[in-house]
Amino acid sequence: MKKKNTVLSVLLIIFFVIVALITILPLLLLFVSSFRPGSDLMRYGLNFDVNWATANLDNYQLLFSGQNNYFTWYKNSLVITVVQVVLALFLSACVGYGFAMYNFKFKNALFACVLVVMMIPTEVIILPLYQLVIKLGIMDSMWGIILPYVVVPMLIFFFRQYLSGIPKDFLDAARVDGCTEYGIFARIMVPLMKPSFAAMGIYQGMSSWNNFLWPMIVVRSQTKITLPVGLQSLMSPYGNNYDILIAGSCFAIVPILILFICFQSYFIEGMTAGGVKG
Amino acid sequence: MEKKSVFRKFLYSQKAAPYVFVLPFVLTFLIFFAYPIVDTIVMSFQKVSGGGNEWVGLKNYQTLLNPVFYKALKNSILYMILSCALMIPIPMFLATMLNSKAMKAKGFFRSIMFIPALTSVVVAGVIFRLMFGELEGSFMNQVISFFGMEPMVWLRRTVPVWIALLLLCLWRWTGVNMMYYLSGLQQIPGDLYESADIDGASSIQKFRYITLPLLKPTTVYVLTISIFGGMAMFTESYLLFNGNNSPNNVGLTVVGYLYRMGLTQNNIGLGSAIGVVLLIIVLILNVIQLILNGTFSKKGD
Repeated sequence: MKKKNTVLSVLLIIFFVIVALITILPLLLLFVSSFRPGSDLMRYGLNFDVNWATANLDNYQLLFSGQNNYFTWYKNSLVITVVQVVLALFLSACVGYGFAMYNFKFKNALFACVLVVMMIPTEVIILPLYQLVIKLGIMDSMWGIILPYVVVPMLIFFFRQYLSGIPKDFLDAARVDGCTEYGIFARIMVPLMKPSFAAMGIYQGMSSWNNFLWPMIVVRSQTKITLPVGLQSLMSPYGNNYDILIAGSCFAIVPILILFICFQSYFIEGMTAGGVKG
Repeated sequence: MEKKSVFRKFLYSQKAAPYVFVLPFVLTFLIFFAYPIVDTIVMSFQKVSGGGNEWVGLKNYQTLLNPVFYKALKNSILYMILSCALMIPIPMFLATMLNSKAMKAKGFFRSIMFIPALTSVVVAGVIFRLMFGELEGSFMNQVISFFGMEPMVWLRRTVPVWIALLLLCLWRWTGVNMMYYLSGLQQIPGDLYESADIDGASSIQKFRYITLPLLKPTTVYVLTISIFGGMAMFTESYLLFNGNNSPNNVGLTVVGYLYRMGLTQNNIGLGSAIGVVLLIIVLILNVIQLILNGTFSKKGD
């Protein structure tokens, strides 16, 4: 019995080593290619045939030379991500708290609206939303990207779920002590919600950082676009930007990989938050 | 002064507080969801131009009865079906293998397989576009020539395009779906398997009669997100073809057609009609799913 288990273990591990290799192969390919001249890529395509004698850091030097907009895009993406995460967490936590802790008129109807927004792909309304953004005068600015998605149904749903585990007697005790309704939220609930803020912060951070379609529609100026939109614009048919494209793509992943290695459990919890719990 | 304090008192009352808390949602829902939905339905019956909108009845919908839109619709539906057919069994299988007692270093492999989910669709698209490049030396051509096949122009003909699209989807989402299944598996009580062992059940029987039925909530969830994600697919194709134009529209989806008509050609009325069609499809899928789930759960009880 024991021997059979060892054989099985070895087979399983071999299987998963192969799966893991296939999984990281595309990223490895990108990483390796970032040390090759862009012209190589034009001539031979993206592959593992690296001539290590000619491999160099020229692409990265070019990236950091400041002769392109790469770091402007990087900064734009960072700013938008931070602002959107902070606003979305705060506002969605308020709404989730309202749904979890109070009974009020129209509560069920309003919560049904949260579910409806979650169920309908946002692509259905990109055209009217685009026109609305023009009317509101926030076209070509980061607010045009952020405002329509500043309250996130997914986060509301998660926070409500998380808070429903906290007994309501808690609130009454605080009320007796003279705490206002908003004081209860700010001083008692927010600290209790810390773990959920971490997971949801990562969920929202990842979707803001990687968002592509909506930022591409809203922002057009070269100095205001976000990193994903900028990288896409480098993929011109003439290929003269491949050096920056490949090195820039690598440099866009690395910070996230480092964060992932440090905060793995939060990442996995946050990015699979929609999953069925219990 | 008096008035202000009354207002303040009301604002701080237990009765008003919940409305203050949910106000951000109500506002954004009305402005950025309900209004655009109504607006897009109205515009789908109009010719939209700067000078003012003009009612044209069903003309936009009639315009949609064309082969290009059929192709987009067919592509979206096929992508939805194929991605569901891949994105459920494969992650379920991998999760079951990874969760088995004999497996070592589970955490390590779990993390590695999660990594693609961290990359943005743009970076993934860049890599796949270049991997499936038309040059003889590009990675996928090297792979097929290793198996004795001639190098080809991948992103031009139907079957290779679909292989590229589905591999991209599989690469990015297998790890995430596997994670859903792993948490589903961990909620199955271990003693169920122990009693099955005592009854002498084989591994396949255990999978068929314990694992599969108890994973149903996970499967329903993964199916739901795959259906809506699949139906709304656009950016993957946009990046693979570096724009919304693919040879013979092999990679055109419903959202791609909406983008082309509404934003590229500035025909907002027609684009809105496409949005409404997509909305109706999504609503129908929702209703079907609710009915199926409802009846299934009754049987299960």
